[in-house]
Amino acid sequence: MGHTLTEKIILAHADADDVAPGDVVMVRCDVVMTNDISGPMAFRTMERMGVERVFDPAKVVVVADHFVPAKDVRSAQLMKLIAEWSQAQGVTFYEQGRGGIEHQVLAEDGWIVPGSVVAGGDSHTCTHGALGAFGTGLGSTDIAACLAHGRFWQAVPGTIQVELTGALQRFVSGKDVILAVIAQLGVGGGTNMALEFVGPGAEALTIDERLAVANMAVEAGSETGIFPADEMTAAYLDGRTERPWTAERSDPDALIDRRLEIDLDTLSPLVARPWSPGNIAPLDDVLGTKVDQVYIGNCSNGTITDLRQAAEVLRGRRVKPGTRAMVVPASQKIYAQALAEGLVETFVEAGAMVSTPTCGACFGGSNGILAEGETAVATTNRNFRGRMGGEGSGIYLANAWVAAAAAVAGEIVQPGAVLGGGSS
Amino acid sequence: MIVEGRAVCVSGDNIDTDVLYPGPFLNITDPSLMAEHLFEGLDPGLRELLGGDSVLVVGENFGTGSSREHVPVAMQASGIRAVVGRSFARIFYRNCINLGLLAVSCPGAVAAAVPDSRVQVDPAAGEVAVDGVVYAAQMLPPFVLEMVEAGGLVEWSRRQPAGSR
Repeated sequence: MGHTLTEKIILAHADADDVAPGDVVMVRCDVVMTNDISGPMAFRTMERMGVERVFDPAKVVVVADHFVPAKDVRSAQLMKLIAEWSQAQGVTFYEQGRGGIEHQVLAEDGWIVPGSVVAGGDSHTCTHGALGAFGTGLGSTDIAACLAHGRFWQAVPGTIQVELTGALQRFVSGKDVILAVIAQLGVGGGTNMALEFVGPGAEALTIDERLAVANMAVEAGSETGIFPADEMTAAYLDGRTERPWTAERSDPDALIDRRLEIDLDTLSPLVARPWSPGNIAPLDDVLGTKVDQVYIGNCSNGTITDLRQAAEVLRGRRVKPGTRAMVVPASQKIYAQALAEGLVETFVEAGAMVSTPTCGACFGGSNGILAEGETAVATTNRNFRGRMGGEGSGIYLANAWVAAAAAVAGEIVQPGAVLGGGSS
Repeated sequence: MIVEGRAVCVSGDNIDTDVLYPGPFLNITDPSLMAEHLFEGLDPGLRELLGGDSVLVVGENFGTGSSREHVPVAMQASGIRAVVGRSFARIFYRNCINLGLLAVSCPGAVAAAVPDSRVQVDPAAGEVAVDGVVYAAQMLPPFVLEMVEAGGLVEWSRRQPAGSR
């Protein structure tokens, strides 16, 4: 029997003659990533493993991104700790103001190539499947083992293949694609599985859209979300990386546990209502919901593509009085690009706040926390109870057009109601 | 190895790690301080039920969401000896096993347990007993069992011959 793309990557990184779903193997890492939250615990645990130096400094990346800029002394101490540790270990460190949100930074700086294994101390490491890598999120003890020995244990996942047909329609983005998948699978339906996105609709998605799709694979419980590398991938990597790579796909006779089909021609904007990414509804079902805060950013939808979509809505318009809007570019490079394109000016003139790249309010850290009972529309990936702030606050997850339109209207509306044309 | 304790029941499915340990407290690195915020977004009153010999009894897809290891670290620091659930989210499950905190899927035991039930978990046999009645649990893969019996990934890692780790 043939192998899935995920099985091929794991087999190439394990000391095994063959692998099948359920087999537990030690997997070698090409990149080990950690941050100001998972890092400090991992560093301490690596010491307890009796290991003083990381296995390979060239393969370790530390990113300051969660409590950036440090909101209090305790957070500042973590920033100091990861900076000092990184220097002592000789690993790459993206300090505050030099990188941005880890998954975006790793992708845009060429750390990720198809076929590689990325072990990240953050659940959204699955984002790197957008580039055909096996990116997977791990906790601090796993990361400690990766730092120490360059390996983690892994039960080989099965594969759910998602066939995308057609093409994205106006005001529909990668966010809606993954919400449609989660609507079908549920928040636990992808457990012990990799989501693999194939078909003409997948091939037509830009890398920014693929990043948004892969990013929320974990919201279905999946180990990763992966796109086979293609010409789009090659074009994105051109000039970003010198790392060698080859394009692989699942074999035609590989074991696929489940197949889903999504027709992009008929896909319209979706939202995830409070308090679960699986609580999905058509945008039409929540029209008129009053909105206190709009948040456009985070590791799933803070790309230049998202900022352009938001700017299209906000250009020449104003954020509704009584509603506040925040735009958080996912990286310094995206921020600079947004400046160059005049997007930041558009946001500021509209009355939106534009923040330095940070995970910030997405996880309730800082920089845009909700008061009790408030409602937000966010392009982020999680809307768990209290995720972004106070008791009873609620988050609607949506794409950047929908979020920006809510900022203008002060309530959830169809983007077409603000911009005219397009979606009904 | 048999792990034994009193049941503390957490109702509901898809309980996420954000409510188990909210984001604002992720800058804490001391386990005893983490324990003060366990269940903060779900029901802080649950902390009062933890007496140092607890077995947490949970529903489906428990621990979904963020990879924050603060959750099982805080659980261990609060005297939770094992977690028995219908099923677990992947990263939470890994974190438990890596820390040597036994996490076992056993829907029968979950259905039977009530607060303060006497729960015994025998991972090698693949069994969970609730007040003396034995239920079949999902067997742990041999590698996972070996790691749990070693006390977690740190101890397991230290026991591996150099070069094979």
